[in-house]
Amino acid sequence: MAEVTLTPKGEIGIMVEAEVIIPDTFAGKSASEIGDLVVWQGPKELPLSDFFDVKGDGGKTPEETSIVINGDVSRVKRIGNEMTAGKITINGSAGMHVGSEMSGGEITVIGDANSWAGMEMKGGLLHITGNAKDHAGCAYRGSWHGMTGGRLVIDGDADSQVGGGMSGGEIEVLGSVQNFCGIRQNGGLIVIRGDAVRGVGAEMNGGTIVVGGSITNFLAGFEQVGSESDLALDGVTCPGEFLKFSGDNAIIAWTKGTLYASKNANEGL
Amino acid sequence: MANGNGNGNGNGTIAIKNGYVFDPLNEIDGEMMDVFIKNGKVVRELTDSEMKDAKVIDAKGMTVMPGGVDSHSHIAGAKVNGGRMMRPEDSYKWNRKKTPLTHSGSGYTVPSVYMEGYEYSQMGYTTVFEAAVPPLEARHTHEEMRSIPMIDTGGYLVLGNNWFIMRYLRDGEMDRAAAYVAWMMKAHKTYGIKCVNPAGVENWGWGQNVGSLDEANIHFEITPREVIEGLCEINERLGLPMAMHLHCNNLGQPGCFEITRDSLKIPSQIKPNQNLDVEWAETKVDPKRLESVYLTHAQFNSFGGTSWGDFESGTKEVIDYVNKTDFVVMDSGCVPFGEATVMTGDGPAIHNLYALTGNKWSNTDVELECGSGIIPFTYLKSNPIHSVQWAMGLELLLLVKDTWKSIMTTDHPNGGTFLKYPLVMAWLMSRAARNATFDECHAWARDRSDLDAVDRELSLYDIAILTRANTARTIGLSHRKGSLGVGADGDVTIYNIDPKSLNPRDYENLAKSFEQAEYTVKDGEIVSRRGEIVAIPEKRTYYVDVNVKEAGTKDMLADVKEWFKYYTLGFAHYPTPDNYLMNPTPIKVNAEEAG
Repeated sequence: MAEVTLTPKGEIGIMVEAEVIIPDTFAGKSASEIGDLVVWQGPKELPLSDFFDVKGDGGKTPEETSIVINGDVSRVKRIGNEMTAGKITINGSAGMHVGSEMSGGEITVIGDANSWAGMEMKGGLLHITGNAKDHAGCAYRGSWHGMTGGRLVIDGDADSQVGGGMSGGEIEVLGSVQNFCGIRQNGGLIVIRGDAVRGVGAEMNGGTIVVGGSITNFLAGFEQVGSESDLALDGVTCPGEFLKFSGDNAIIAWTKGTLYASKNANEGL
Repeated sequence: MANGNGNGNGNGTIAIKNGYVFDPLNEIDGEMMDVFIKNGKVVRELTDSEMKDAKVIDAKGMTVMPGGVDSHSHIAGAKVNGGRMMRPEDSYKWNRKKTPLTHSGSGYTVPSVYMEGYEYSQMGYTTVFEAAVPPLEARHTHEEMRSIPMIDTGGYLVLGNNWFIMRYLRDGEMDRAAAYVAWMMKAHKTYGIKCVNPAGVENWGWGQNVGSLDEANIHFEITPREVIEGLCEINERLGLPMAMHLHCNNLGQPGCFEITRDSLKIPSQIKPNQNLDVEWAETKVDPKRLESVYLTHAQFNSFGGTSWGDFESGTKEVIDYVNKTDFVVMDSGCVPFGEATVMTGDGPAIHNLYALTGNKWSNTDVELECGSGIIPFTYLKSNPIHSVQWAMGLELLLLVKDTWKSIMTTDHPNGGTFLKYPLVMAWLMSRAARNATFDECHAWARDRSDLDAVDRELSLYDIAILTRANTARTIGLSHRKGSLGVGADGDVTIYNIDPKSLNPRDYENLAKSFEQAEYTVKDGEIVSRRGEIVAIPEKRTYYVDVNVKEAGTKDMLADVKEWFKYYTLGFAHYPTPDNYLMNPTPIKVNAEEAG
């Protein structure tokens, strides 16, 4: 696999929109051609080489292209946007929209990710070893057509609206989440190993959410339908005892969403 | 000012040579001929010296029509902007960069103002009317309309649930009612009477609606029948350019075709009386409208069945009535599938859709005047109801025998965006195109409508009637729009379609040709070319200026001022001043003397 290394040249002021940083674009290009690719910074279009030292040529195909970013790119947006194949490794934190609408390949962020990580993902793997901000694996603002496939793993915590509008694929958060996790979910699987605050599964009508920790404000629209222990859902295992709920019945009554909440961590339920 | 002085050929003088011309108002059906425009107006010919300064287009092997006229589209005002605000996702994927000439823009079903102008112009449209202006939102509407480039605009004033109108009609104060309408048109710089769910929207303020033509509403004790009849009478008494524009009760409910058919019968005894004081362009066909009512988005008002379970097309009875009478014209409100944003002055209809879909929605009560609602909507080929709706829109245009009684719209963005017009044209012109869609959509489209039995394929002449000649005549603009007669505005569309080798089976290419006009000419200037905007002309805003000697004017104004204590703004701020309009262009109307 051919490896292209991008090293940030220094501090970035206005955030850069760099949807060109995907194996699909880099494939078949030399290091200098890659440096000539154009990115937006505010109202200006500038070459990628203004912001990064580029080393190494792209592979013949996206599948054979690996991009390694060495350094903090928290002010670079849309890395991995719409990628279909290949690999991206970010040794540092990523800006907004990392892996947005990706449909294949693999992105690893060794650090934190800003909001909209894996927005409307269709396939592939996005792994964030640190924390993620809002809207991870969520539908775009205003839309309820979210993630349809692929796998998003966040080793740390995530903020609000994880998996909003999700209809397929998997999200696993090893830490805790804030509000409205799985809002309007209609398919797919969300597993939160830690705690959730409020609005879990609000208006969901399909799919599954597992919360391994406590839910501070549990929604009234869910109805308990039983309890299960040591869950195995699509190959994801969740040890322990869980209360099983169906919902959210707050608006429509024929919903098919399933919410598991840890029995031990949610004594009041 | 208003004539051609943009950045194109410069002087609004142009010769379009050798094209196949379709100009139904002059009964020209595909004749190969030249069209000459001088200083923005159609002329018989250009002199040799004028030809030297003229831009010449060789339209050999192409279709030449008057510029497109859309008589019912939601393009400006509070509702449209509400749609933009509540739908960031609508702008996310559909946008365009700025160029040295054009602004950037975004929005698929609810485009930003600049995009609206560019996109309409690219399709060959030069005139578009906003379908519903609440009086209190007139300033806002004009602020948006003045920024929509490329197209002449105007708007219809929503009056079907107006407190003054309902009071006057109930009390039989026709003098004051007519004076009020005349004054309101001028005060708000609007163009025609729009009536949305008559008497019903007022009830919606109390969480209710009206269900039949003879059900009186709360407080005002007036029925939909009385509102429709009263507004039609006022319309003809004032001699307005357009017939009363009617959005019937019970819209979007199974079985609503009955109330629609019965509503159309109400003004059957009212004689059309269009009384314009304007210069008329030459036409062979009588350019004056023949109708006393203009039904809008007939598809949404022609639902059959009694529930969603036995839902079916109910267009037959509406079509039969339209075929039988000469007093009705209607636009179709086609559903071309895909994304839409439903927006209407009919608040309860939007609430019904919310209850069905659970989608995000909004409702507004416009003080003493009307209401409105917005909800995003997706029409799916897999959905049985939506598939029947698709068939219904086309039935209405194919089964109304006389094309001069119908107009093609999608009720943008309610049935779908105006960007889908080319697709609708292809379905109308091609049985093969309809068959292909039948095969893709739900079986109900075939089983619960008559469309599959229709072999009719519309001609380019028919399309020119549905999208230009009849739209212009219906709204009372045929003195300057919708024809290429001498004296008409120099608005021309040239499509890269050779009528001699037109093959309806090649419907995909046909739709593509309608999507991007080879040339759009406005006021004698080339403004867009194969999808690229090449000049931004000045645009006009039309409104009616009724020369009224109505007995009721003085009393009416006293009433309005008295009741203004219930408004949230002062009387002085109510009218829309001229400077809110781009090139304000009054259409002078001579009202009949009150008897």
